[in-house]
Amino acid sequence: MIVLEKRPQASQLWSLATPVVAVLATMVFGGLLFALLGTQPVEAIRTIFWDPLFGEFAFYYRPQLLVKGAPLVLIAIGLSLGFKAGIWNIGAEGQYIIGALTGAGVGLAFYPLEAWYIFPLMVIAGALGGWAWAMIPGVLKVRFGTNEILVSLMLVYVAEQLLASMSLGLLKNPQGFGFPGSRNLNEYESANSWINQNAGLHWGVVAATIAVIFAYVLLNRHMLGFHIRLTGDAPRAARFAGVSPGRLVLFCLGTSGMLAGLAGLFEVAGPAGQVSIDFNTGYGFTAIIVAFLGRLHPIGILLAGLLMALTYIGGEIAQSQMGLPAAAIQVFQGMLLFFLLALDLLTNYRIRLKSREVA
Amino acid sequence: MSDILLSLKGLTKAYPGVVANDNVSFDIGTGEVHALLGENGAGKSTLVKMIYGLVKPDSGTMTLRGKAFAPAEPRAARADGIAMVFQHFSLFDALNVAENIALGMENPPPMRDLAARIREVSETYGLPLDPYRTVGDLSAGERQRVEIIRCLLQDPKLLIMDEPTSVLTPQEVEILFKTLRKLSAEGTAILYISHKLEEIRALCDHATVLRLGKNVGECVPAETSARDMAELMVGTALKTPTRAGRDMGDVALEIVSLDAKSPSAFGTSLKSVSLSVRKGEVLGIGGVAGNGQDELLAVLSGEILTAPGSVKLHGRPIGQTGPTARRGIGLLTAPEERLGHAAAPDMSLTENAMLTGSVRENLESRGFLKWRTAQGFAEKIIEAFDVRTPGPNNAARSLSGGNLQKFVIGREVLQRPEVLVVNQPTWGVDASAAAAIRQAILDLVAKGAAVICISQDLDELMEISDRFAALNEGRLSEPRPTTGLTVEEIGLMMGGAHGMEVAHV
Repeated sequence: MIVLEKRPQASQLWSLATPVVAVLATMVFGGLLFALLGTQPVEAIRTIFWDPLFGEFAFYYRPQLLVKGAPLVLIAIGLSLGFKAGIWNIGAEGQYIIGALTGAGVGLAFYPLEAWYIFPLMVIAGALGGWAWAMIPGVLKVRFGTNEILVSLMLVYVAEQLLASMSLGLLKNPQGFGFPGSRNLNEYESANSWINQNAGLHWGVVAATIAVIFAYVLLNRHMLGFHIRLTGDAPRAARFAGVSPGRLVLFCLGTSGMLAGLAGLFEVAGPAGQVSIDFNTGYGFTAIIVAFLGRLHPIGILLAGLLMALTYIGGEIAQSQMGLPAAAIQVFQGMLLFFLLALDLLTNYRIRLKSREVA
Repeated sequence: MSDILLSLKGLTKAYPGVVANDNVSFDIGTGEVHALLGENGAGKSTLVKMIYGLVKPDSGTMTLRGKAFAPAEPRAARADGIAMVFQHFSLFDALNVAENIALGMENPPPMRDLAARIREVSETYGLPLDPYRTVGDLSAGERQRVEIIRCLLQDPKLLIMDEPTSVLTPQEVEILFKTLRKLSAEGTAILYISHKLEEIRALCDHATVLRLGKNVGECVPAETSARDMAELMVGTALKTPTRAGRDMGDVALEIVSLDAKSPSAFGTSLKSVSLSVRKGEVLGIGGVAGNGQDELLAVLSGEILTAPGSVKLHGRPIGQTGPTARRGIGLLTAPEERLGHAAAPDMSLTENAMLTGSVRENLESRGFLKWRTAQGFAEKIIEAFDVRTPGPNNAARSLSGGNLQKFVIGREVLQRPEVLVVNQPTWGVDASAAAAIRQAILDLVAKGAAVICISQDLDELMEISDRFAALNEGRLSEPRPTTGLTVEEIGLMMGGAHGMEVAHV
């Protein structure tokens, strides 16, 4: 009989090895899936993982990696702080939308004025927007004990409605011939997040890098980060150590909302360019996968964000070149999370073959 | 006691990395009260699990009334007349007594007949119990009675009792002993597991002592001193903690008519609790578990905040001061539950040293953590309190209960507290380590600290405390000097025998 035996302490080796093994397992089973769909599996895997980096058109795809990876990493870093403490913000997608709306709103309010201070103001507005949206589940949880998972998730749909209303109403481009959507911020010099568009470099990439460093220092060197980890491991011990649970909830939700809002602002002022009905593409949800794939560790999240971006880009190439259905790519990404969580068991348990004992 | 009921020969059971029982042999006579003595981890539980059919021995044989006895499962053991009362009760709170007992039976009779049987047995053995009361409303002592009656209904030949008195007041213990003596007189053998030596001396005819899985000696408890038995258990001469003559100083900590609601639905709220403890004094607080001990500790640690003036340290109101600030001004605490409350299971010992040591040991500066200093502090605790672990980077949960307890107590003691509050400081710790912990507490007091020791071990409280008070349903009795206090008086302070009015008539 196969028995799972709890390890006396978490295995360092396995906690490093599981993401790699999970990626390999995904390649094998994903390949199998592609084969069943009638595609060359090796070819498909190569298209997804290899071509964007080293293929013929890599010069075009590599910058894309930064563009897709930055918001994922930025949002996932924020989420990971809460997840570590057992505070589940599932609504980053909504905070991302609100950050984009408030940030873009401030920028558009200044149009057509050109001034150096417009972009910084937009950044602040985006951060505040995301923060405020996340404070709704935060305050409700602290004051009334509501479940932050449900509230934050439902606020995503509220945010989507707000986005639709804004792109059709208040923020609609007055010179847009009636088409829905705001002015294109890429054509507005002062409200633009690009640093170097050809290299895929915008301020979101910089912010993501800073967030990674900030989170690393916070978690490993600072009392607040220690309290976050302590709360996740043993909430009673955390109270004993002097952590105020309510304050921690507000900090974690607020920070993750702020970073999601920033991601939204950088996206709308750069790669997306304008507020439109279909502005949000699911970064807020994918970031949850990224956070776990990176084992809630800042460096891990950085790598996981890039890997996830790679499967996005590779998936798109596979769709257009090999005719793979979009759903197959999503299944492929789902597999990655599945294997990671399944293999995660091995960090804390070991598998033993045992003769049956009378119980 | 003439004929042998159960005979064990060469029982051996090994688990990966540890031999739980090594060639254990002894006999239990019919109607004999046989004590099984030993420290935590000596192999007592494994041995009785083998008798009860929960574990199969690797080698060795058992003989029951002359016939080979190898129960494959508890059901078979029960069919052969073996019954067991576990230390942890397996009862459903929402069901009544009769329903709970019916659940454990192979073919329960109709509820009315069963209730009548329960009444009959409970009256015969002096264990009053209403079959229709909901178990959730019963005290720990009454719950134990449910378990005992459940066993007695099967008419056992051998009754195994695992640490039965840990949840009882002295009066309840006395009632239990009467029942057990009556059973023994009727020919039921009792295998009594405990580490409370005085009880064993009062109750048992014969004792087998286990140490590290081996049978290291047998004795007749009534003729052996508790000290000799303890040394047999531990294997070395025991050091009794010594108290230096102390000078009591000013009042260090004071609680003034404090009411505090328990944060947990199953907790006990504190009701107008008042106490004070002086510098150089140990205040012992006894009481059956679940009578407000956790809440009292939480009120002192700052986990539960109260009216400012209801808790005072050196005359200064601290009821609204949080845990960290309280540590800063010298009030340190060590909760009962080691894993999950006093320490974080998956964190290293260094991180757990940081958990309470950050303020007084200067392990942080402006919010940033000094891990190197923290590791030094953890190493200091490990060394000073003889914590057995490969090093400070090991996770708290990898330590045995006793070792983690030494770490948790050591962590607070080494921070030079002005007032130290401990809850169950030696729970689950072996005798020599327990002596070391008590000595550390007494040394602290000799240096002028004030200590509040909450414990369910009355011997421990009598040994170290100057004054004694008891918690009963959230109320604290008037503290009284320990010297001259009789067991009878202590029992009454603890609330007497719960629900036992019938027995006094």
